[in-house]
Amino acid sequence: MSALLYAFLYAPILVVIVYSFNAARFGSTWGGFTTRWYGVLMENPLAWAAARNTLILGLVSTGIATVLGSLLAFGLARFRIPLKSFTIGLLRVPIFIPDIVMAVALLMFYSLARQWFGLFELGLPTMIVAHVTFQIPFVTIVVGARLAGMDPSLEEASRDLGANEIQTFLHVTLPLIAPGIIAASMLAFTLSLDDFVVSFFTSGPGSTTLPILIYSSVKRGITPDINALSTFIIAISMAATLAATVLQRSWKYRSIRDI
Amino acid sequence: MITVRRDKAAQKNHVHSERDDRLRSTLTSGPGLMWMLCFLFIPLLAVVAISFMTRGEYGEIGLPLTLDNYRRLLGFGILGFDPLYPAILIRSLALGLATASICMVAALPLCFFIGRLPLGWRTAGLILIVIPFWTNLLIRTYAWQILLSPGGWICRLAEIFGWISPGTGLYPGVFAILVGMVCDFLPFMVLPLYASVEKIDWCLAEAAVDLGANGSQVFRHAILPQILPGLGAGCILVFLPATGQFVIPDLLGGAKTTMLGNLIQQQFGAGRDWPFGAAISFVALLLVMAGLWFRGAKQAGGEGGLL
Repeated sequence: MSALLYAFLYAPILVVIVYSFNAARFGSTWGGFTTRWYGVLMENPLAWAAARNTLILGLVSTGIATVLGSLLAFGLARFRIPLKSFTIGLLRVPIFIPDIVMAVALLMFYSLARQWFGLFELGLPTMIVAHVTFQIPFVTIVVGARLAGMDPSLEEASRDLGANEIQTFLHVTLPLIAPGIIAASMLAFTLSLDDFVVSFFTSGPGSTTLPILIYSSVKRGITPDINALSTFIIAISMAATLAATVLQRSWKYRSIRDI
Repeated sequence: MITVRRDKAAQKNHVHSERDDRLRSTLTSGPGLMWMLCFLFIPLLAVVAISFMTRGEYGEIGLPLTLDNYRRLLGFGILGFDPLYPAILIRSLALGLATASICMVAALPLCFFIGRLPLGWRTAGLILIVIPFWTNLLIRTYAWQILLSPGGWICRLAEIFGWISPGTGLYPGVFAILVGMVCDFLPFMVLPLYASVEKIDWCLAEAAVDLGANGSQVFRHAILPQILPGLGAGCILVFLPATGQFVIPDLLGGAKTTMLGNLIQQQFGAGRDWPFGAAISFVALLLVMAGLWFRGAKQAGGEGGLL
């Protein structure tokens, strides 16, 4: 029974990987093993452009979200903050809200800002802003969990020994929460790589990402080279998730319990 | 003397004045909070505002302020009562509920199974549940198109059992949507439920057995009350996002299975009726707020994690 459920969870991932090596072009029949579709994919300029956009979007948004989210977690954990419950509530919203609601909210916000101030022309920058917005809460949870699990006497010891607050943060707190920050950034990158809905609504001409490319291909009919592309994405996500899990053992389980 | 001085230094470092504290929190949390205010709170306020406005002739947003968008969602259009939109609303809620129920039934035995594994294997069992969740949803969803299309082995198996007539597929349709939903949301149920299962006090179950309770009575009276918090958390975690899901019904459903997410998307695509789209979005948002409030009310007084 449980084995069946595991099979159920992995069946879609496996079928995509297997079919990316399937020589048969159409239908669900097996036509022999081939790596031909990976060659087709490599020669597709659209896929390369989308990969480039995806990478820029993922790296830049992850960088911004990691810095802002980690600092936010630190502030929440260590200081009295005005409107603390409001802040925590606001951070919960992107986790629970259907992503399409967030997508259209940002779309309308960008459109109004464009009308009134001439800002936020749709494209990679607007997508980066959108991704950072849904990444920050996840970074804050992961880093916050790490901060909560930290022994406070270490920071006290550092201060007792005469270090000022910035020295304490740089030499004691930061090294201790570094694994959490790295794990958080990997998960944030995975979130960005996985996102389709928010990207779809906040993208402009020329800022197509890999998930958007996959979506439009699937709408026209699944082709084997799309399976090859998906296999790449699956491999990257799995590597990042596994690395993050090793860094921060079963953080997700811990933090969902806290929600 | 030295001790006294150190104490004073420690005091100076530990007890911040209120103004210092404000400076510290502004420097650390300020930028992140500002970001969330600008790009989440204000856009959501814009959604609320636009939902009360009127769509112009060319799809532009304008005055007068009106409740028409909400009336339309409830079925009261210009041409009298039309059940189209209420049906979509109810269908979305029903599908969310069905997804949560199936996930619950599937997750219960799974959690007990993981809980009985040797200690090291438990973590592995949980990580194996989480990994697919972090893999692209779009990819996992279109994979079900392949798996459930006519001629696939799942359909052939269903034909042999006589569940479907030969040549037809299990996709597109409500069944395919449910399969995609459960596959996507199962981890959301398993994780909080497992946290409860792990903490079960089995002495209560033993006591119940000693007192002559049968299997179902033991579960009902000695175990279920202990895992209820986990079940509740899981149901909310599955139900809320499932109700507004867009990709899964879009790729696995047909024209007859429009859900809230699809309806929102239509207003921002060809339909271009932003005020109506904003009204639907606000309803979805209120649903989430209600769910979170319900959860918060139940959790009040309990241990408060960061999130």
